[in-house]
Amino acid sequence: MMVMIVLLLANLTYVQVINADTYAKDPANTRTLLEEYSRQRGQIVSATGTILANSVETKDAQRYLRKYPDGAMYAPITGYYSSMYGTTGIEHAEDDVLNGSSAKLFVRRLSDLITGRTPQGGNVRLTIDPKTQQAAFQAMTAQHYTGAVVAIKPATGEILAMVSTPSFDPNPLASHDDNDQQTLMNQLKGDPKQVLVNRAVQEKLPPGSTFKLVVAAAALSSGTADANTPSLPADATITLPDTATTLSNFANQPCPESTNNQVSVATAIKYSCNTAFATLAGKVGKDNLTAQAAKFGIGQNDLTIPLPVVASTVGSLSDQASLYQSGIGQRDVALTPLQDAMVAATIANGGIRMQPQLVRDILAPDMSAISSFAPEEAGDPAVTKDIADQLRDMMIQSEAHTGGDGKVPGRTIASKTGTAEHGNSPKTTPPHAWYVAFAPAENPQIAVCVVVENGGNRGLAATGGSVAAGVGRATINAYLSAGG
Amino acid sequence: MSEPAGVLGAATAHVNVSGQPPTPTRRGTELTMLGFVMGLLVFAFVIILENENRTFSPDVLLYLGGLLGLFVVSHLAIRTFAPYADPLILPCAAMLNGLSVAMLYRLDPAIAHSNAAPKQMLWMVLSIAAMAGTLWLVKDHRTLARYGYTFGLVGLFLLVLPGLLPCSLSCVGGAKLWILIGPVSVQPGEFAKILIIVFVAAFLVAKRDLFTIAGRKVLGVELPRLRDTGPLLVAWAVAIGVLMIEKELGASLMFFGAVLAMIYLATERASWVWIGIVLFMGGATVAYKLFTHVQTRVTNWIDPFADAQGDGYQMVQSLFSLGSGGVVGSGFGAGHPDIVPVVSSDFIVSAFGEELGFVGLTAIVLVYLVLAMRGLRSALAVRDTFGKLLAGGLSFLLMWQVFVVVGGVSKLIPQTGLTAPFLSAGGSSLAASYIMIALLLRVSDAARRPQVARPKPHTPIAQASTVLVERPT
Repeated sequence: MMVMIVLLLANLTYVQVINADTYAKDPANTRTLLEEYSRQRGQIVSATGTILANSVETKDAQRYLRKYPDGAMYAPITGYYSSMYGTTGIEHAEDDVLNGSSAKLFVRRLSDLITGRTPQGGNVRLTIDPKTQQAAFQAMTAQHYTGAVVAIKPATGEILAMVSTPSFDPNPLASHDDNDQQTLMNQLKGDPKQVLVNRAVQEKLPPGSTFKLVVAAAALSSGTADANTPSLPADATITLPDTATTLSNFANQPCPESTNNQVSVATAIKYSCNTAFATLAGKVGKDNLTAQAAKFGIGQNDLTIPLPVVASTVGSLSDQASLYQSGIGQRDVALTPLQDAMVAATIANGGIRMQPQLVRDILAPDMSAISSFAPEEAGDPAVTKDIADQLRDMMIQSEAHTGGDGKVPGRTIASKTGTAEHGNSPKTTPPHAWYVAFAPAENPQIAVCVVVENGGNRGLAATGGSVAAGVGRATINAYLSAGG
Repeated sequence: MSEPAGVLGAATAHVNVSGQPPTPTRRGTELTMLGFVMGLLVFAFVIILENENRTFSPDVLLYLGGLLGLFVVSHLAIRTFAPYADPLILPCAAMLNGLSVAMLYRLDPAIAHSNAAPKQMLWMVLSIAAMAGTLWLVKDHRTLARYGYTFGLVGLFLLVLPGLLPCSLSCVGGAKLWILIGPVSVQPGEFAKILIIVFVAAFLVAKRDLFTIAGRKVLGVELPRLRDTGPLLVAWAVAIGVLMIEKELGASLMFFGAVLAMIYLATERASWVWIGIVLFMGGATVAYKLFTHVQTRVTNWIDPFADAQGDGYQMVQSLFSLGSGGVVGSGFGAGHPDIVPVVSSDFIVSAFGEELGFVGLTAIVLVYLVLAMRGLRSALAVRDTFGKLLAGGLSFLLMWQVFVVVGGVSKLIPQTGLTAPFLSAGGSSLAASYIMIALLLRVSDAARRPQVARPKPHTPIAQASTVLVERPT
């Protein structure tokens, strides 16, 4: 009997004393997470102070419940906070601030320790403007569009709106009832539309004609072409170099306003002529195009805002034919909506690209600012001020030839639409509709990018103008009307 | 019995006719110890309320009042039915039982739809009634020996009954250990083990010679004659049979361990133990090869982390719980033992390990040890062989079960489905544990009770007449 007791106590010593730390700190040991749950997690608020996520006191064992008052509208930004599935979005990116363990809150924690105050997490104030966000979200959801909207303040890089639809309500994932969490997660994971993906930053799509802005910038910067000299073919259809493949303009029309069957870059932008831009890309060449794309941020694979942004790409551009196709934003070119918004914002900001940012301030639990966001230029100017102005003028012309809802008299918008084919049988798959714009053109305050996947509600007939432009203008109007 | 005038209260002390100082009943010690236990439990409940940030509610007083009332009732029962019983047995049981109620009260809010604490209080009422009933019914433990074979048969029947019943009436969580009658579920194995110990004690007293005849000596160990191993082989066959039909190692381990220990107690010959261990190992190896559930248990024991989210989940969580508790524990009510599956019954030891730490768990194991030691002490002190074997067997069984349970949750040995006596939630386990200590109390009462049945004439030894000395049965 004594032998049994000695064995028991020896083994308990091994488990509870010698090995205790290994077990206590094991990542599968959920106690650490539960500790965190018993502390009040910080809030996530919008630029104007509206609460996007907060923790409210409950009576059950896990003392605080995470709440998302406008769940679905902000879910792609806030992410979720789940005991079973971890965290995403800002909940993940700013976790150390929100849970109070960040070094930025160190002094605060020290005083908590001395005064015996219950430790609390810090707060995060975003750059998101609730009115703009709401307008964009409503415009997308009213038509049940699948896609994304990103709005950026060109002068600072602050992200004013970031919408990804369809969205989800993150509240059940923060539930203290594991069944609620499981039920929703299984439903979300089973959704063919991948609602858990933040399309604004985690998905890249062929940008279609919106990519012509990058090609035009490359052509003007490298001196391959100037804005107004007719030097590009106006043909309805051309054959790609060294192949039998043909490439046509929209609706198989020749490019208008041609001189000797030649059009200028400005005209080609205005009417979005594919044959002209494919040819232009061929003239610009792989090196110039790749370099210009990089200056706009395409290809950067470590961008965090602080949500991680997947790298956009122009593809390998291995031969002349693929260069032609890439010139109109097809082939292997793929941009995130945020990247395309950044292209518009850079042009709006006179060629200077600002680092995009979603967090405006880190706040102490009492809402006093601990650190604030400072606008930061992202590398050398993408294009000169002069070229940026030329591109802007072309975009104003383009907007004038674009249909769709939401045009407001007296408000000049500079824009470019895109209608991107995709899939294995592009002619029978509804295209992605794009719209990038900024306004007011003379003093840009907001730049937007809208993408509506798979033709929105128009199917095969969808174009950037008919589907995406209305959403973009609604977003712009909401921001400018509020005096932003 | 208390003829001399001037002696205070017959209930507190008996005066030997010879005029020697009275044998103290030690009931006062028992009451003092119970008071100490009660104080500890008040403290435990206060800490739980504080740590769980619960507002004070009258149900705490209800629990504490209930525990106090039940302790007093059991004390009075012992005072009435077994006044000379060992004074430490009840306080040890009360301490473990009280801690169990406190832990269940603490766990209930953390586990969905759990009301184990009020249930346990109800079981406690029934169990203490069972203890008092046993003390009242069994005035002299030697009477039990007369029904040895009856008990043995009933015990065996109870042991195998769940295994023979259809699964709808006996399966809970993969093991066939239960009898389910409507809302009531009983684990007959808990009671069977006591009956079987009574039987084995009676059997060994009657057939003691059978086990002591020496056989050949092999490698310095005296082996019994082959034909004398019959009873052991029968016990072994029963144990292995139970293991096979109940899909559960615990019951057969309890049964065979107790039988082996009692044979050893009766014969003082280690060879029986070695033979038994070898036999059981052999049987267990065959069972391991044959049954996947036994293999799962062993795999989880060797490396629970290999399948931490699946089969090994419970074991891993138990280790996390114990490890997170560390040396001094998280504090009663401040840990998260509710993460461990079935923490309120099979794994309640992990909960104590987490919240009271290594120190607290060691203290609990030592309380068990004190309880078992008092039982063994009574076994040494009692005059009849049957009483010795009964008390010795029950004490060993208690410690053996603690070893298997605590060793199981702390990965010393493969985990079984056994409950910790007095600690685990569950009526069968609690009632069986109280009946067990009722028998220990009875034996200890017999051991300490002064021999006053026949008052002897006060005569010098030289003139004394021959007296027929009672022969131990």
